[in-house]
Amino acid sequence: MSATRGAALLIDFGSTYTKLRAIDLDDGHLLGHGQGPSTVTTDVTIGVDLALADLGRRLGELPAFRYRLAASSAAGGLRMVTVGLVKELTAEAARRAALGAGAKLVGTFAYRLTRADVGAICGLAPDILLLAGGTDGGNAEVITANGRALAASPLGCPVVVAGNRAAADAVQAAFAAAGKPVMVCGNVMPEFGVLDIEPARAAIRQVFIDRIVHAKGIDKAQGRFDRVLMPTPTAVLEGARLLAEGRGGLAGLGPLLVVDIGGATTDVHSICDGRPSAPEVVVHGLPEPYAKRTVEGDLGMRHNIQGIVEVAGLERLARESGLEPERIRALAERFARDVERVPETAAEVAFDRALARAAIEVAVRRHAGEVKTVFSATGPVLVQTGKDLSDLPCVIGTGGALVHSPNPAGILAAALASADEPGSLRPRAPRLYLDREYLLYAVGLLAEVEPEAALNMALRHITLL
Amino acid sequence: MKTLVTGVIGSDTHIVGNRILSMALEKAGYKVVGLGALTPAEDFVKAAIETDADAVMVSSLYGQGELDVRGFRDLFIEAGLGDIMIYIGGNLVVGKQQWGDVERRFLAMGFDRAFPPGTRTEIVIDTLARDFAARAAGKRIADSP
Ligand code: B12
Repeated sequence: MSATRGAALLIDFGSTYTKLRAIDLDDGHLLGHGQGPSTVTTDVTIGVDLALADLGRRLGELPAFRYRLAASSAAGGLRMVTVGLVKELTAEAARRAALGAGAKLVGTFAYRLTRADVGAICGLAPDILLLAGGTDGGNAEVITANGRALAASPLGCPVVVAGNRAAADAVQAAFAAAGKPVMVCGNVMPEFGVLDIEPARAAIRQVFIDRIVHAKGIDKAQGRFDRVLMPTPTAVLEGARLLAEGRGGLAGLGPLLVVDIGGATTDVHSICDGRPSAPEVVVHGLPEPYAKRTVEGDLGMRHNIQGIVEVAGLERLARESGLEPERIRALAERFARDVERVPETAAEVAFDRALARAAIEVAVRRHAGEVKTVFSATGPVLVQTGKDLSDLPCVIGTGGALVHSPNPAGILAAALASADEPGSLRPRAPRLYLDREYLLYAVGLLAEVEPEAALNMALRHITLL
Repeated sequence: MKTLVTGVIGSDTHIVGNRILSMALEKAGYKVVGLGALTPAEDFVKAAIETDADAVMVSSLYGQGELDVRGFRDLFIEAGLGDIMIYIGGNLVVGKQQWGDVERRFLAMGFDRAFPPGTRTEIVIDTLARDFAARAAGKRIADSP
């Protein structure tokens, strides 16, 4: 046999499961997967070993892995609080940076922090706090006051400072004097209306690797992997980016949207500039990140099933599933109690489908931009806020509700634009794809070391519906 | 360096004069935060807070300015920037009206200065310099020349 490039092991330390994907580096085909429980509360090693044993059983024998890379969303994920100045400006920029860095946002604050705010932040006990405020040369007073108040508080987590550079020294000194870990990076909004979230994303990732992996006990399983590279949502976003852009001679799929519908949240990622698809549209609001992630914490197929029922309404779910509203209520209660439940009866399947469609529609509506008509004296002017996804060529779905469905295309189609809402800039006629094997995180991890193999894997296994 | 926020208020799309003014102000050494056309009143306030602006320059050309700027100063007072210097210029009202009356109405609404149609940028730059000097000396604005 000629020399091969070998295999890679891609690990996801998740909140419920430890997942493994083994990939052949020559052609990017999936050798197999393995799964174990998440044992981060005791010793993560146990879960990985069970997952490795599972993988070994499927493969016959475990290959010698050339890379063993990991992502983690275990132990509550990367819990972050963001603080900015104006709610729609630096506070929003900080929020986007944290989401783009794969965080689970547990609190967002704006303006001068009150004593109660500081108390609330300490109570939230985030893993990392991102502190922004002021453009470079702009307001320095509020970020300095907020930095000092937080430094003087019992808050002990690492702080990433991404605000007015004129205030950076004073803020850093305040945290350092209090003996708290602090890292200063570029401003999330260096100029008014300019969003620059990459430096903050990189700093958050560095703090995650240097401190959070240890704090969460993931490094106990050190012997089982080479490196933990990033939070799992970041790996998904990076995987989506590679799949969109392509690499070397290998073309990607082009601008795309990923909808990941989970038990607790529905995540949406878009890789596109989002500029207006129609001429003569005026764009308002903060510029949008090219790689954008939004998380809908109220839309989860099990843990947050009530959230979906609330936004969709019993009536709509009843109409879509053909079930009586009382039945819907009862099923929702059962699924919320039994979060591992895979639908079995025809009624459960119909209910799950209606839920998933509602969650996807709402999550994509919130992610996508809007266009509104402003009536000026000359006639109507179209004003766009957010990203225009109308002409996006691909939408990729993933998550249990899609993967286990007999008709995933019928569910994923809920992401599309609708004639009743011409103002919502959702994709009009994209090709629909399914990430059946939940590979995007693995693509994002492998992209760090072998982007071509990673892209091969994605193109081979993320398939058209 | 002093920071100025500029923009065209309301659903007014006349951007040319505002852009010319912004470029001239930049050339005169100011940091200009340009919000462009179709700017809601609140956005001037938000931008001024975040950039710690020293003055706000509102353009209104299409004749609806008087409606668009109602409560403009109050928004700044609300945001803790009640003392910020605010100018307005362009074509502030519809039809031929006595400039003196128009100016009085806008000053009464809390603008530090209102400028008649066709005001040249040199006049604006000169007035700003005198007003900033007056501010530094503890006065609200400079006396009229
Ligand atoms: C070009 C133009 C348009 C273009 C605008 C293109 C664009 N996107 O910019 C178009 C065709 C779209 C247009 C549309 C309309 N227009 Co028109 N337009 C003009 C025109 C001919 C020139 C404006 C211009 O660019 N001037 C050149 C620049 C350099 O001058 P400026 O804007 O006055 O700015 C200077 C100063 O005023 C000063 N300045 C400006 N802002 C500020 C702010 C401060 C703080 C200070 C100190 C100084 C300052 O600095 C600038 C440099 O010196 C004027 C007539 C005129 N000659 O002024 C009408 C005019 C402004 N339009 C007018 C009207 C009525 C309209 C419409 C309502 C027409 C309609 N019925 O459909 C629409 C409104 C559209 C909208 N929603 O805003 C009227 C306004 C009437 C009024 N105010 O009473 C005018 C005055 C024509 C008229 N005599 O009737 N218009």
